[in-house]
Amino acid sequence: MGKSPTLEFDSKWNLSPAPESTGHINLKEQYDLFIGGKWVKPASKKYFDTINPATEKVLAKVAEANEKDVNRAVLAARKAYNEVWSKLSAGERGKYIYRIARLIQERAREFSVIESMDGGKVIRESRDVDVPLAAAHFFYYAGWADKLKYAFPNRNPQPLGVAGQIIPWNFPLLMAAWKIAPALATGNTVVIKSAETTPLTLYKLAEVIESAGLPPGVVNIVSGAGETGAAIVNHPDVNKIAFTGSTGVGKIIQRAVVGTNKKTTLELGGKAANIVFEDAPLDQAVEGIINGIYFNQGHVCCAGSRLFIQESVKDTVLRKLRDRMESLIVGDPMDKNTDIGAINSKEQLGIIKKYIEVGKKEGATMYQNSCDLPKKGYWCRPTLFTNVSQSSRIVQEEIFGPVLAVQTFRTIDEVIAKANNSPYGLSAGVWTDKGSKIFNLTSQMKAGIVWANSYNKFDPTSPFGGYKESGFGREGGLHGLKPYLNL
Amino acid sequence: MGRVEIMKTYKIYIGGAFPRTESGRYYTPMNGEKALGNICLSSRKDVRNAVVAARVTHNKWAGKSAANRSQILYRIAEMLEGRKNQFIAELILQGSTKSQAAKEVIASVDRLIYYAGWCDKFSQVFSSVNPVASAHFNFTAPEPMGVVSIICKEESGLLGIVSAIAPVLAGGNTCVLLASEQRPLCAITFAEVLNSSDVPGGTVNILTGKRSELIEHMASHMDVNGFLYCGTDNEEINTVQQLAVENLKRVTISPLEDLLNEDHNTPYYIDDFVEMKTTWHPIEKIGATGSGY
Amino acid sequence: MDLVIFAEQQAFMGKSRAPQIPDFRLTPRIDQVGVGERISRITTRSIKSNAKLQGLKMILNMIDLTTLEGADTRGKVSQLCNKAKFLHASNPDLPTVAAVCVYPNFVSQAKKALLGSPINVASVATAFPAGQSSLDVKIADTKLAVDNGADEVDMVISRGRFHQGEYNYVFDEIAAVKEACGSARLKVILETGELGALDKVRRASDIAIYAGADFIKTSTGKISPAATLPVTCVMLEAIRDYFYESGTMIGMKPAGGISNSKLALQYLMLVKETLGDAWLSNQWFRYGASSLANDVLMQIEKQRTGNYQSKDYFSKD
Repeated sequence: MGKSPTLEFDSKWNLSPAPESTGHINLKEQYDLFIGGKWVKPASKKYFDTINPATEKVLAKVAEANEKDVNRAVLAARKAYNEVWSKLSAGERGKYIYRIARLIQERAREFSVIESMDGGKVIRESRDVDVPLAAAHFFYYAGWADKLKYAFPNRNPQPLGVAGQIIPWNFPLLMAAWKIAPALATGNTVVIKSAETTPLTLYKLAEVIESAGLPPGVVNIVSGAGETGAAIVNHPDVNKIAFTGSTGVGKIIQRAVVGTNKKTTLELGGKAANIVFEDAPLDQAVEGIINGIYFNQGHVCCAGSRLFIQESVKDTVLRKLRDRMESLIVGDPMDKNTDIGAINSKEQLGIIKKYIEVGKKEGATMYQNSCDLPKKGYWCRPTLFTNVSQSSRIVQEEIFGPVLAVQTFRTIDEVIAKANNSPYGLSAGVWTDKGSKIFNLTSQMKAGIVWANSYNKFDPTSPFGGYKESGFGREGGLHGLKPYLNL
Repeated sequence: MGRVEIMKTYKIYIGGAFPRTESGRYYTPMNGEKALGNICLSSRKDVRNAVVAARVTHNKWAGKSAANRSQILYRIAEMLEGRKNQFIAELILQGSTKSQAAKEVIASVDRLIYYAGWCDKFSQVFSSVNPVASAHFNFTAPEPMGVVSIICKEESGLLGIVSAIAPVLAGGNTCVLLASEQRPLCAITFAEVLNSSDVPGGTVNILTGKRSELIEHMASHMDVNGFLYCGTDNEEINTVQQLAVENLKRVTISPLEDLLNEDHNTPYYIDDFVEMKTTWHPIEKIGATGSGY
Repeated sequence: MDLVIFAEQQAFMGKSRAPQIPDFRLTPRIDQVGVGERISRITTRSIKSNAKLQGLKMILNMIDLTTLEGADTRGKVSQLCNKAKFLHASNPDLPTVAAVCVYPNFVSQAKKALLGSPINVASVATAFPAGQSSLDVKIADTKLAVDNGADEVDMVISRGRFHQGEYNYVFDEIAAVKEACGSARLKVILETGELGALDKVRRASDIAIYAGADFIKTSTGKISPAATLPVTCVMLEAIRDYFYESGTMIGMKPAGGISNSKLALQYLMLVKETLGDAWLSNQWFRYGASSLANDVLMQIEKQRTGNYQSKDYFSKD
């Protein structure tokens, strides 16, 4: 066999820089807590820096909420619940949520620029995915507010009270929308905490909430790290905890609410199988694999991080995959052409690098695309490992970065067994042109979301949530209402 | 002298068989001064064996057509109806009045019939086709959760069991249940009903014994997906909730007060032990969206 | 001949890389929605400043300036050839177009008119555009074009036969025309607007490539839809798979409906990301278009002068 023919990229015609302008973006030097409709200084008197992971420059100082601050926020939320929100007609409640949706749409550009600056995600994704989906979520749930009885036949659904919500750093605004929109639509008030590395768009959302004229205290926004989150979870006057984050922290939260009447929704980790059969539309499958693992730098709980290729098409798929990886542009998140942005934080980059080392030590073969990386900031090239097995750590553990582990399989039964051989069960992907095989696979996957001939699709009408240790409860769609209601 | 009566030996029910507890131990619950019999004091190994049986059987039970599950639940009711008098006698033996016992047995039959009807209907009530904005067909439908541990209501010999397992079975789950400690007789007789009702062995596994010994093992087992606690003991509830965190079991606390009340006839009890799965698939639309064909 | 022996002989002759002809009933399946998503990644590329100027000049150099009207006259063809030679008098440094594309009866005229320029003459043939004729007529039509001096021949496939599942017929017909072409390069028009599904576009692409096409081309320009990005994406992927298999490059020509620079740049980006830089020349990529050239010229002038342009300053033919 001769050397296989190779395609050459990036030698003849390269894109010129196309930076999204950061003018017209209004960022304060310092952000205080948003409690009871007012911007208040933290009782902790502490502020922390939030940095741009692509430049390592400080963007703003942000208030760190301690137990006292959280208590203030919960009191404000309770007061708003008792005095205003629970007395408002459902239709009026919905109209406030519609206003939020509209205001996000109007300020979409500002939201997406700040989201990219604060989190390192590429502007293409914050502009085309995060922000429009966040607005769509508010728009969708707004309409549910006065229709809840139709969602739960023979029941008289009632709000829980004050919802404490803790969101991750991978989709800050979008996760806030996933949490706040259904909570408000069902008549609850909210105390929400942003992630430590990505607090800014939540405070921008606070500005939107202010200009929407939402009654003070209905949504309270705080920032801080784990201790702030613990203060919310442990507050006796919180009726509901909704958390998105790691399985480890999810378990700590679940233990903390034992013996209380707090309801919980946990949206936790994953290690999703993405399965490609020989009869799949291979070129689209390759695109789905890319989108499955490299979307948002792989900082996605439902990322398709375990690829299973049927042995007969292994070489073909891998060659296509490598060529597609070569055409990915890694670098400045603010450039409209960048496909893969900055890793969210130094800490996360350390974790990813550790796993890459583990993969190499376990004897796996690594392939990375050959692009240049910027000098400053936190970066990781899109990476894939072959020669791995079910027993490899990079196959079992969630990496939360742009690292794909590739295995092969021979039969349907074999791949079903391997795909389900995980404590996680958030999502899965199946690629085949044969309908009956699709339904066999989709029904046998122990996962809350199964993408057939597609991957990483999201929609406000579509419920999202896991089986097993990927958590419980659903967010999105009709099913996303139930976790915020007593039926 | 009258005839020497034959005493019934009460054994546990695992994988469709009636073994004695592997521990060889027993206890003797009392109704006042009267001993009810020698009842198996199940051990953690019995729990282990029961979970294995429930797991092995899960695909078989969940894989049956919903219509078939419905008929099997209906069959259980038929068999129970046929043995009404035996259950009434056992309930009286355990302290019920005659009219209470009769009501409880009839209510148990009716509750089974109620849930039998839901088997092939609840998923229609709880499913949705979701109108996503992209060119995809998207639907959400319930799937069985898997293996469910059940602590049955202490105060009820039969209706407590039926009310707990009927929705769990209707949802396509298999289960391991611990019977009432002081009123265990009907649980084992009910196992005999199950055993003659086309229910695959291992779908329902019934243990007797002490909650204090078994509850931890039922709550901490890593291959159990859900936990139904019927009762109000806060200490036990806390134990269950703590241990369930280990593999994030879905825990439902259900006081099941006033068991005869028809409020306990509800598909929302089935909804407690299902997982919602959302499936996406592209829809080819020539020339409909974007740059089209 | 025994297949094993044949394969061994091929290997002996150093042709082991020549790909086996596949079963065209089993060509790869295409998911249309997935293709659409891939295209949306292309259309959101922001092609600016230098990259844009460089791209526009490449596009200009890849255009097959075309007139294929029943009303074509010697006068019209003469105007077209002049336009090809002198695209924009005020900026003589620009590259020329790749070729002019005419009916066979105008080939010798065009050939004469373009003598001494680097511009090729392409001719449609094979009972263009419907292709509803006998093989003999199609071969005669091809020979007419080639004998008159055509450098390139654009043939149409028999879509009717294709829809009837007669893939061998379609294959053999292309192979026969290829033979009739001699040294002229053969572009095979699939007329994708009549194929109805991307799966069929892929199948027709494979048949054309394996039968000997030098280029595969989307459309005649007589049927709507003509070229689209998704269709072109699928055809480029067929070219890529053949390249993986054989190491042989095949050219691509989307034709019809590409009338503005922005769209043309998106096609170019699609080529770059699918096949890489080797295809970024008029040897391997062409646009079949009549009005695209002027829009590209206007954009180039805009880049050069900074002013938005008016059509009044660019000659129509």
